[in-house]
Amino acid sequence: MKKEILRFSDVTYVYHTVRDETVAISHLSFSVDEGEFVAIIGPSGCGKSTLLSLAAGLLTPSSGSVTSRGSFGYMLQKDHLFPWRTIEKNIFLPLEIKKNTSSEGRERAIGLAQKYGLGEFLKSYPAQLSGGMRQRAALIRTLATDPDVLLLDEPFSALDYQTRLCVTEDVANIIRSEKKTALLITHDISEAISLADRILVLSPRPARVSHAHELGFGETNPLKRRERADFSTWFEVLWKELNA
Amino acid sequence: MKTQKNYSEEHLLFLKKRKRHAVLVWALRIGILALLLGFWELSTALGWADAFLVSSPSRIAKTIASLYNEGTLFYHIGTTLWETLAGFAIAVVLGYGIALALWWSETVRSVLEPYIVVLNALPKIALGPLIIIWFGTGSKAILFMTVIVGLIVAIMHMLSAFIATDKNKLLLLKSMGASKLQILLKLVVPSSLASFISMLKVNVGMAWIGSIMGEYIVSRAGLGYLIVYGGQVFKLDLLMTATVILALLAAVMYFLIALLEKFLVKNRED
Repeated sequence: MKKEILRFSDVTYVYHTVRDETVAISHLSFSVDEGEFVAIIGPSGCGKSTLLSLAAGLLTPSSGSVTSRGSFGYMLQKDHLFPWRTIEKNIFLPLEIKKNTSSEGRERAIGLAQKYGLGEFLKSYPAQLSGGMRQRAALIRTLATDPDVLLLDEPFSALDYQTRLCVTEDVANIIRSEKKTALLITHDISEAISLADRILVLSPRPARVSHAHELGFGETNPLKRRERADFSTWFEVLWKELNA
Repeated sequence: MKTQKNYSEEHLLFLKKRKRHAVLVWALRIGILALLLGFWELSTALGWADAFLVSSPSRIAKTIASLYNEGTLFYHIGTTLWETLAGFAIAVVLGYGIALALWWSETVRSVLEPYIVVLNALPKIALGPLIIIWFGTGSKAILFMTVIVGLIVAIMHMLSAFIATDKNKLLLLKSMGASKLQILLKLVVPSSLASFISMLKVNVGMAWIGSIMGEYIVSRAGLGYLIVYGGQVFKLDLLMTATVILALLAAVMYFLIALLEKFLVKNRED
């Protein structure tokens, strides 16, 4: 029996500015199970980022409710490593914020960094690392506090194509081996197919879930998925739904 | 520490060229100075220009020597230096603090905005007579002038730097559950370091403007006093001497801040 870890029930969110009010999300419902990788795709400007902020509790819905069990880790488009901190100090940042000064937390974070190939860069500054390495460091930073759910806001869109494929592979491996639940939002259809167990398609603003698909790729890695025949089948289906 | 590498012939040549260029730049800088001083000295010695009106390097040297022998050289330098440094320090610390407070509360910021704009636009020298009445004719008046000249600049410079903090980095910290104080200490303050240094550079100039302006209005000692006094009694040697010393001191202070910058900003590239 799978446990539900995050649920949006009939969520509506309205943006207020002096000039106008905009309904960004309207009566949106979905849920995410523990250990699941869910991707949400939608046309640009449909309120995808708002959705993640709602999930993380940074915004409160205008109506409806967001319920979650567990803690969140956020990963953004750019790595946003602090250039004045070493990689090690960057990875410790969420621990410092949570005032977790135990050596246990630090050792865990260092362990993750070493396990995923950042060991020799711990004392380096972000400017000395490649884009892919920096994004990997950003993921380790997100994992440092051992969050239950990872919220990924187009985390690869700032990388060049070649790097993006590698980092996607990386991130997929790390998330699976750490057995994390993940909610990815993206406008990139192939990225969603290569990573997710389940894909939700959002309508143009105000956003609702227009379609939902269980992909059934199982544990197949992103690059391997891209080689499979059903990859392009899914692509076509999602492409049509997005542009309907 | 970098290890000594074995560079290629081409690279050595490149390094040599760079070094030669640097030497050339310095040689020209010093050359221009020597040329200017030489021309100045010569034109007064040959009677092309009236040394009474334009002074000359040798007269300036003599004036420095006589001020030194009278024992007043370092008294005047010290007076102005103290006013400038104290005013600079107070303006920077106070300005930074006020900018932090304004960053903290958007309401306070919007309430105070018109006051800051008006204070910034107001020529501070207009406050001169008022300052004399309030603070008397001593160093206190000059110090106050120096502080108000630098303060508003420091506030506006730092506030715009604090407000320009990357929105996504703010979002990241908020998603980690950071408090406002944590956001301030871990992100806003360190990410505005470069702006802090540039504020220091601007404020060095402001402090000199403030202290000399203050001495023009009211003083019995200091380099600004020497300049005003020299002008009033037509002792242009004294006026030129004070101006030259002022230029040297301003250069040294700017250089010290450039050193501080090198020390603080190493390793920090974005």
